[in-house]
Amino acid sequence: MKVFIRSAACISAQKTFKNDGFLDDITEYVGTRLTIIEPDYKEYFDPKAVRRMSPVVKRGVAAALECLKQADVKMPGAIVTGTAFGCMTDTVTFMNRLVDDNEEMLPPTAFIQSTHNTVAAQVALSLQCHAYNNTFVHKGISFESALLDGVMLLKEQETKNVLVGGTEEMVDVSFKVLTRLGLFKRWPISNLELFKTESKGTIGGEGCAFFLLNDEPSADNLAELTAIKVLYQPQNIAESISSFLADNGLNPADVDLVITGKNGDIKNDAIYQPLISDLFIHSAIANYKHLCGEYPVSSSFALWLAANILKRCEVPEVVYERDSPVDIQKTVLIYNHYQGKYHSLMLVSAI
Amino acid sequence: MSAPVYIVGLGVISGIGNNVAEHLASFEQAKAGMGDITTLNTIHKRQLPVAEVKLSNEQLVATTGLPERSSRTALLSYVAAREALDDAGIPNLNSLRVGFVSANTVGGMDKSEDFYVQFHADNNKGKLRNIFDHECGSMTEIVADQLGIGDFITTVSTACSSSANSIFYGARLIRNDMLDVVVAGGVDSLTKLTLNGFNTLMILDKEFCKPFDENRAGLNLGEGAGYVVMVSDKVRSMLAKQPYCVISGYNNSNDAYHQTASSPDGTGSYMAMKGALDKAGLQPSDIDYINLHGTGTLNNDSAEGTAIKRLFDPEYPPVSSTKSFTGHTLGASGGVEAVFSVLAIKNQIIYPNLRFETQMSELPFKPETRFMKNQHIKHVMSNSFGFGGNCTSLIFSAV
Repeated sequence: MKVFIRSAACISAQKTFKNDGFLDDITEYVGTRLTIIEPDYKEYFDPKAVRRMSPVVKRGVAAALECLKQADVKMPGAIVTGTAFGCMTDTVTFMNRLVDDNEEMLPPTAFIQSTHNTVAAQVALSLQCHAYNNTFVHKGISFESALLDGVMLLKEQETKNVLVGGTEEMVDVSFKVLTRLGLFKRWPISNLELFKTESKGTIGGEGCAFFLLNDEPSADNLAELTAIKVLYQPQNIAESISSFLADNGLNPADVDLVITGKNGDIKNDAIYQPLISDLFIHSAIANYKHLCGEYPVSSSFALWLAANILKRCEVPEVVYERDSPVDIQKTVLIYNHYQGKYHSLMLVSAI
Repeated sequence: MSAPVYIVGLGVISGIGNNVAEHLASFEQAKAGMGDITTLNTIHKRQLPVAEVKLSNEQLVATTGLPERSSRTALLSYVAAREALDDAGIPNLNSLRVGFVSANTVGGMDKSEDFYVQFHADNNKGKLRNIFDHECGSMTEIVADQLGIGDFITTVSTACSSSANSIFYGARLIRNDMLDVVVAGGVDSLTKLTLNGFNTLMILDKEFCKPFDENRAGLNLGEGAGYVVMVSDKVRSMLAKQPYCVISGYNNSNDAYHQTASSPDGTGSYMAMKGALDKAGLQPSDIDYINLHGTGTLNNDSAEGTAIKRLFDPEYPPVSSTKSFTGHTLGASGGVEAVFSVLAIKNQIIYPNLRFETQMSELPFKPETRFMKNQHIKHVMSNSFGFGGNCTSLIFSAV
């Protein structure tokens, strides 16, 4: 059985949401943190409701609803999300009140919306969807865990389609803490120059992307999600990738385009370099984190990118690290790792 | 796809015991775990009873060998997961594909709360080692590393149904032939965030909770961890011991009614129980015992009871809420109660629902109040319902 990506909707630091163009009008940021280009939420929510919603909830639910609209699906057969940090805005709001007011007279609203499953729950609530609903919260493979759940649900024939999303918000508190932990560069940098300076640290980001997976071949599908695999602390990543490809009847040379998770940090990017210059010497190479920043579910941005590349038969110039020897890419491998520990492989093919 | 998934190992820690044997003794002696708050530095001390694990962080560090700075969440998780894996006694574990699927809602929040007081006053203050393992996933990673499990690890967080969903996901990883062995369940430790959060919702009972009682007044928070070890048929055939049971049914449905409240007719609860029965190919009359979600709040017990009535009427199996012993261990409850459900089959017992006095006026049934031995228990249903409408039911069946 094949798994297809029927539609994809992505809210990010670029104009990726409801935009006819495809990364042809790039937003430049100077600093160490990319922010979100917020869509017009009026189309999805009552304006009064929007004011009560935290950023990740309104972005997540809007992306989910737009994804369903593009797929022309009213009621998904399952809703699965991934997020490492959950609903940070509401968590911080509640913590501030807890500390400032010494645990007295606290309002419940922020606590109610602070649980990690809030986005998936709010999507279900807005659709009145009683189907399977799950949320994964495992660092850099939160989204992949959700995607794997979606693929299994289809293979188990539990449902005909699954709505899968990756959602993450970066609040000031997280940005400050992660900066102190040394994740980001020490000096401001243009995101478009991210791969041009060899230094420690990356740039922070956030985003929400949703996908409607189904098992029905159709000319309207964006791409086939051929395979997905997550690896924890692999001994030899080149061997792991080769065996993943072999499991799917492919050699490295069969991969037309590799989308890497390079994020501008020299230690992080060193892991990709030997693959680019050896295993995938015959493939085109693309990067994406200069566009959306680094965040635990950034691979959901990469999947949105891959699905659109395959549907449009077009690779935006801004993502290329090494141009393609072939005109039209049919097989795309997304290889991302999160802080060297969690590695994920997503094989995406033209339909 | 319907290959059997066997339960071969159990581990649990909660307010009524630090391992399986201590839990069974507490159940038989009707010994509840609630008492005054001792581990948290909170204004609610002596006001709100909680069911704490009766070991300090220092004692847990000494037992587990984990670093002193470890979150209580990771410490509790390791104690129960280690017990489960040792209980399973699987030879040559390294030659098998082994996964750890855990669940929690608070992550390292107990340490983050210490960090945040100083950080909030000055963003350049606060010890980074107290925030480094804030994420839910960090708890799972620390324990997986300690257990030597690395083929697949992930974490689920769906509020109070979290670890029922992790067990369910783990079983499916085996059924999809991705793994041979999965340790699955969940953990949560008490934190000021959850204590104050539930307090703002005004659903904490100032006395010991009375689940499924007409005069119930809310829940007591608890903490703990519970894990099961699940194996494929192939691995089971390699084991010297008999499996405890199979996981025969599971379902996850969403109430889609309100972010925190359950629908009055328990739509999500009904669908979860019905779906699990269908998956197991069982009738309601096949169920020999229901381990209730039974938090003790007005809303939950009414919704869950109404859903049970709709599904089981007029023949009700014995039901009880073990939260009357352990308190509500939140993200751990599905794992903790899965362990109790398996033990009900293994030991042919039913647990009492403590402090029950008056039958709920809207329900034609009441919970079992005695510790019952020598019962015929073949199929047990375990309910876990959470914020966000996340409702999951699991069914365990004797082999």
